[in-house]
Amino acid sequence: MPENAMNQQEIIDRYFLEHRAKVLDIAAFLDRLDRCNEDETDFRLEALQQCIAELQTDSEGRAERILLLLSDHSSEPIESAGTKGATGAQPPHS
Amino acid sequence: MAYIDPHIHMVSRTTDDYQRMAQAGCVAITEPAFWAGYDRSSPQGFYDYFRQLTDTEPKRASEYGIKHHCWLCINPKEAEDVGFAREVISLIPDFLECENVLGIGEIGLNKNSKNELLILEEQLALAEQLDQLVLVHTPHLEDKLKGTNLIMDAIENTSLSPDRVLIDHVEEHTVRAVLDRGYWAGMTLYPDTKCTPQRAADIIEMHGTERLWINSAGDWGPSDPLAVPKCRLELASRGHTRSLIDTISFHNPQLFLSQSGKFSIE
Repeated sequence: MPENAMNQQEIIDRYFLEHRAKVLDIAAFLDRLDRCNEDETDFRLEALQQCIAELQTDSEGRAERILLLLSDHSSEPIESAGTKGATGAQPPHS
Repeated sequence: MAYIDPHIHMVSRTTDDYQRMAQAGCVAITEPAFWAGYDRSSPQGFYDYFRQLTDTEPKRASEYGIKHHCWLCINPKEAEDVGFAREVISLIPDFLECENVLGIGEIGLNKNSKNELLILEEQLALAEQLDQLVLVHTPHLEDKLKGTNLIMDAIENTSLSPDRVLIDHVEEHTVRAVLDRGYWAGMTLYPDTKCTPQRAADIIEMHGTERLWINSAGDWGPSDPLAVPKCRLELASRGHTRSLIDTISFHNPQLFLSQSGKFSIE
């Protein structure tokens, strides 16, 4: 198995600024929504809040667990496709 | 520095992209049949598309020293109309005789519907009957987990050998099951909706390189025809060996694709 070729300090030095920017993007996105002053929620925002909570956990496997949070866990084919697109989170009615 | 991009939709890309890919070291590509961003109005539209994949694109690629191969099928996004899909499937056997056609693909599921699954099963049967390699598209985003499992179950109802099937677009939540069930797995490098080069490098560090490859799946949407060399650079900058980088981006695709008897980089 190849494993990490870099140590912790090297990973932080290389990737910190990139991920600092990504966290700021999420914060700015949530601020943008707040400025709408609307109370209605959306299943995608609820899913995003669950993902943010998952980021606070301290065990490896966060990426996989977040993808699972955003997945359809049913097992039977649906009756018909209806649409071609995907939303990125499982809609509540399906 | 040579690499293979085993999944890219050059019908949607410019000739400049061929040039840039060649300059970055691309020596061969494979182009699966896919959804063009709109539904074709007739099976004749697919006939013309298959001619483009088997005649026009190989000539365009050869201008830049890139060997072009393709896969043929009806994609799952146009499989909801079963009668239409069967007419398209009936066109495929004659085209399989073309020298650059490696097998059936990219078949799979999109929204995991009953008709998509039926047409997937019929194309798996065609691959089984004609002893073809298979390239599988797994669904997008929230549909991927369920679709990947349905697809593997469908394949396991045939006599197709898993080592002649590549299941593409794996991510962290599907890669382990695909590899554990004996299939080849492809990681698609997309800016937003699949793996970034960094996450692909992480997956290689967690799962190794056996039966795994990377591809750009460059097409008409947000995508990057130079994603494979960018992932090679990511791996190199982390300190991974040239041998590992060549395994994931050259030797592994060559090994899988050579099972067709038609794959060549010359």
